Parts: sequence; structure tokens; C-alpha cells
Amino acid sequence: MTDASVPPAVSIRNVSKSFGKGIYTVPVLDDVSLNIDRREFFTLLGPSGCGKTTLLRLIAGFETANAGTIAIEGQDVTAAPPFHRPVNTVFQSYALFPHLTVEQNVAFALVEQGLAREAIRTRVGEALEMVRMGAFARRRPAELSGGQQQRVALARALAPRPRVLLLDEPLSALDLKLRKEMQLELKQLQAEAGITFLFVTHDQEEALTLSDRVAVMQAGKILQMGPPREIYERPTHRFVADFIGDINLLEGEALPGGGVRLGPGAVVPLTCATPGKVTIAIRPERARLATVGEGTLDATVIHSAYLGTAMLHKLGLPDGSTFLLRQSESSGPPPETGSRVGLTLPGEAIRVLLQ
Amino acid sequence: MMHNPTLRRASLLTPAIAVILLLIGVPLCLMGWISLLGKGTSSGVDWASLPSVANYVRLVWEEDFDGTMILNSSYLVIFLRSVVLAAVTTIFSLLLGLPVALWMAGLSRTGRDAMLLLITIPFWTNLLVRNYAWLIILREDGWVAKSVNAISPFGPVQLLYNDTAVAIGLTYSFLPFMILPLYTVFEKFDWRLLEAAYDLGATRKRALRRVLLPIATPGIMAGSLLVFIPCLGAFVTPALLGGGKTLMLGNIIQMQFGASRNWPFGASLSVILLAAMLIVMTAMALLRNRRTA
Repeated sequence: MTDASVPPAVSIRNVSKSFGKGIYTVPVLDDVSLNIDRREFFTLLGPSGCGKTTLLRLIAGFETANAGTIAIEGQDVTAAPPFHRPVNTVFQSYALFPHLTVEQNVAFALVEQGLAREAIRTRVGEALEMVRMGAFARRRPAELSGGQQQRVALARALAPRPRVLLLDEPLSALDLKLRKEMQLELKQLQAEAGITFLFVTHDQEEALTLSDRVAVMQAGKILQMGPPREIYERPTHRFVADFIGDINLLEGEALPGGGVRLGPGAVVPLTCATPGKVTIAIRPERARLATVGEGTLDATVIHSAYLGTAMLHKLGLPDGSTFLLRQSESSGPPPETGSRVGLTLPGEAIRVLLQ
Repeated sequence: MMHNPTLRRASLLTPAIAVILLLIGVPLCLMGWISLLGKGTSSGVDWASLPSVANYVRLVWEEDFDGTMILNSSYLVIFLRSVVLAAVTTIFSLLLGLPVALWMAGLSRTGRDAMLLLITIPFWTNLLVRNYAWLIILREDGWVAKSVNAISPFGPVQLLYNDTAVAIGLTYSFLPFMILPLYTVFEKFDWRLLEAAYDLGATRKRALRRVLLPIATPGIMAGSLLVFIPCLGAFVTPALLGGGKTLMLGNIIQMQFGASRNWPFGASLSVILLAAMLIVMTAMALLRNRRTA
């Protein structure tokens, strides 16, 4: 997929951005670099205030970077105004023009491009068909539901055929059911349009479902970047592990001779670069129940919840912390609440995390 | 007792309807009736005279010494001058008010409140007093006239007692009526729409033309009406700053009811003024309907 001779869709090199002046300076992005491949569905994931939206606005051209360069398909756009960039944005608030009809909204960019009236009509029709809003062409945005406005915003941004489509939390204003539907549609739309999508969200589930690759951001930095499976299964940072899905974090001590000690007599076979205090992580579905004394640790069942295909157990550890364990239906009868159980932590399922 | 909803609604509306009928409807009808009567000898109106359109004929035609009717353009000139001055005032208010309203909408909460207060402060002072202030500012030995004449390439310029002075005075007086409706539109304006326009390839100028201006149009129309309509009937400003040379409709109406004691003729002038305003407002309403259709 990555070919050295084809410049990436988006290339960001050492970009920094801060707002304010003097002592009021607030750093928002700190030396961020990333490449987005052509036709990739790339997601910036992070909590609010992590800088993901600022990065998107820098690419769109609404903000100017303090340092670094931004290139789109090999063309340096660092200093270009938004109207000279081959990207379009789907705004969180949709930002549909209230005084224009749906078709006039979609035609907006095409008029700016100076296309002929006939060409505009065809392209608007195509774009509206793509999001199945053809029947609403003559309506005004105020007469549409949230989901419909969302579709029009998508059609409007896709109509001028941008090289990259920027999506700023476009689904966050929709209710859960609609959001799930739109997620699928977005994915389909990207395949149909064959355009690079840069998606910004704080919803980890959304990021994992949609993306080819995810970059997890915190405090202006990209902590980890990779395919969803890698992010989920092999988090590198405590923040990433904690942010994505349910995970158990355990404090331990790396021993000089190898292995990590979690408590008296509980050592997991792991090798760490440097001895000392470490945090290890394990997903609830990767830990297993064992008979008392035979696992890595012993624990008490505090509470169990039935999830349909599995049971979720909340276990109490000897040091007083709690541990989540997901037991699949097929792996035997569930333990009773209050009973003592063994807890096996397979070495290959454990991740040693950076702070 | 009021179980019938229609009856109930009607009874609740009665005070409002009564106020409108008594304070607006009746005086308007009275004015229309008086405009058809003759001038009285002691009072302003000869109530016993037969109604005729003589007062309206007088606006354009005049009886010559030999009894033939000849064209009298003096009232037409005044009418035209009023319309032109009101239009010029509206345009200047728009040119001045647009940037101010835009700037205000971008201020912080407290900044906006402070500006709103500053804009309404002139209303605390009587219009007459404020126009006298302009008299002092614009007079021949005032600092404005002195500095203008110091740099004027056309020799000494007379600032006071002409159409320009009246236009300045009117613009000053009615500017707040332009700023306030524009400000309300801009305050509600979603500035992200401009970002969306840039994003879709519109330059700053094009974004203003295709997004900001159309959305601000209702405010521009409201402001223009609020300035144009009272300007047409203004009489204090032209009387003071025009020095009695630049007469507007308002001045001659005031004269007919005052010094001339010719109420019927004054009433006919008022009816003409009212008709002119109605035409403008209807035109604006039609324009607006066509835009939204």
C-alpha cells in the first residue's frame, strides 16, 4: 500500500501549535508528525482538549501552525488559505447555510469552482443520491432532522471531490441508533468515493469500528498509532490502554532476573528492559479462571453480571484492588459470588506499559 | 361564564383593539377627512365646508391671476428633496452602521453591553438639543469647519444651512436605528458558516457576499426602513441645520398646522407622506417575499 514514489495523502511534519501570548500561552500540539495513506480511513482519537480538532483545523487551514509543515498529496499547503486547499470538512455542527436549499448548499463549492450550470446540476444530483437525500433537494436545512442534515453536510463536502475529507466528530450530535447506522454508511461512502478520510472522535468504539488506522492523542502528542487491533491488543501507554475498552491495570515490580512480581508469590513471566516499578495491563477477556492456588493470583468473586454471550466477574485482589474478568459461555460454570478463585494471567496477554 | 373559546378570545382582545382603533384608527380617519375640507377663518378647519380634493390639487397646480391652473413645482421639489435626503441618509447609515454592528458582534459580553449602552445614550437627550450641538460643531468658526477649510482644495466650504448639513444631522440622529437591527442579526450569526464557505473554496470576499450578506438581509431591510421612514417626516433637523432654506416635507406640514393655520392642507400633505411610506414598505415586503419564495 505504501509506495515511496507516491506522496501520502496527508503528510504532517513536526507541527506545533499554541494559542495565546506570553504567560497565557497554551500549547495544543507538540511536535506532531504523521502520514496518512491514500484512500485510508484514518482516525484521530482522544479526549476533549487533546488537540485532535486543532490538528484537523490546521489541515483544513482554519489555523496556522507555529512550526512544522503540512502537505497534501505532496503539495505543501502550510501557508495556503482554506479556499486553496484540496480538502473539505464535515463540521461537528454541520454548518449548513440556513438561507440556501439542500441542493444550493451542495452546489456551493461547485459554483466557486466555476462549473457550468449543467455540470453543477449533475454533480449535485450524484452527491445527493450518494447520501440518499435526492428527495430533499428543495428543502431548507431547518426542515431536516439531525441525521438528514448530517447527510447533506457529507454530500456538500464530497461534491467538490476533495483529495481528503476531514470529519470533525460528525456523529456526536446523533442519537445512538442513528450513529450506528451512519457509521456503516460512512464506511461504505468512503469505499464508494475512494477518498482519504480523516476522522476525529472521542468515541473509542467508533474509532475502532471505522478506521484503517487510529492515532491516539493526549495533551498535544500522538501516543500510539496503528491499526485498531494493534491499538486494542498491544497498547503501549497506560493512557491508551485505559482509554480504549475495559482493561485491568496492575502495579508490579520488574525483577532484575526477569519476571514481574505483582504481590507476594505472584510472579508473571515477563521481561522488562529496566528493573523497577511497572504497570501491566490485561484485557478482561484474556485472563482466565483457575482453581484456588493454581493461578497467578488468588481472588474473591465480588459480583457477577450476565452479558448474554459471556459473564463479567468483578474480582477482589489480595492488595484490595478490583479486577474485571470476562468468562465466555463455553469455559465452564461461573463461580459463585463470594467464593475464592484462582486467576491466571497468560504471559502473552500481558502488556507492560509506558506511563 | 366564558365557556365559548371564540367569545373568550374576542373579549381578551378587546382592550388591544380598542386602543388601536381609538388612538390610531380614529385620528387617521380624522386626518383623512380634514384633508378634504376647507381652511377655517378662526380655527384651522372649516368643519362646515363641502369635502373636495382641492387640497391635493394645490400640491401640484396653482391658480394663476387670470384663473388658469399652472404647474407649481415647489411642493414637488420639497417632496423629492425629502425622498433623496432620506435615501442618502439611509445609505450613509448603512455604510457606517454595518462595520460598527459587525465589530460589536465580535466583542466580549461586557464589551457588547457597553457598546449598546453607548449607542442608546443619545436617546436620553432631546433631539432638539442634539441638533443644536451639531449647529455648534458645524458653524463657520467651529473647529470642524476650520479644519475642513484648511485642507479644502476648493476654497472655503459652507458646512451649515444646506442639504449636506441636514444629511449629516439626519444620519447622526438615525444611525442607532440602523446599528441595532444589524447588530441583532450579526449577534445571532454563526461564524462557523464563514469557515464552511472558505472550506468550500470561497475567498473572504465571496464568503461575505454569498453567506454573511444574504443572512444579514432581513436586518439590513429592517434597519433601512427604520431610518428611511422617520427621515421622510423629519422636521427638527432640517429646520435647525437646514437654516430654513432646506425644507423637507415635515417642515411644511408643521408650518401648515402652525404658523399658516391651514390644517386641511397640512392633513393632505400628511396623507401623501403616509402613502409614500406605505409604498416603500409594501415594496420592501414584496422584495422580501420574492427572496424567501
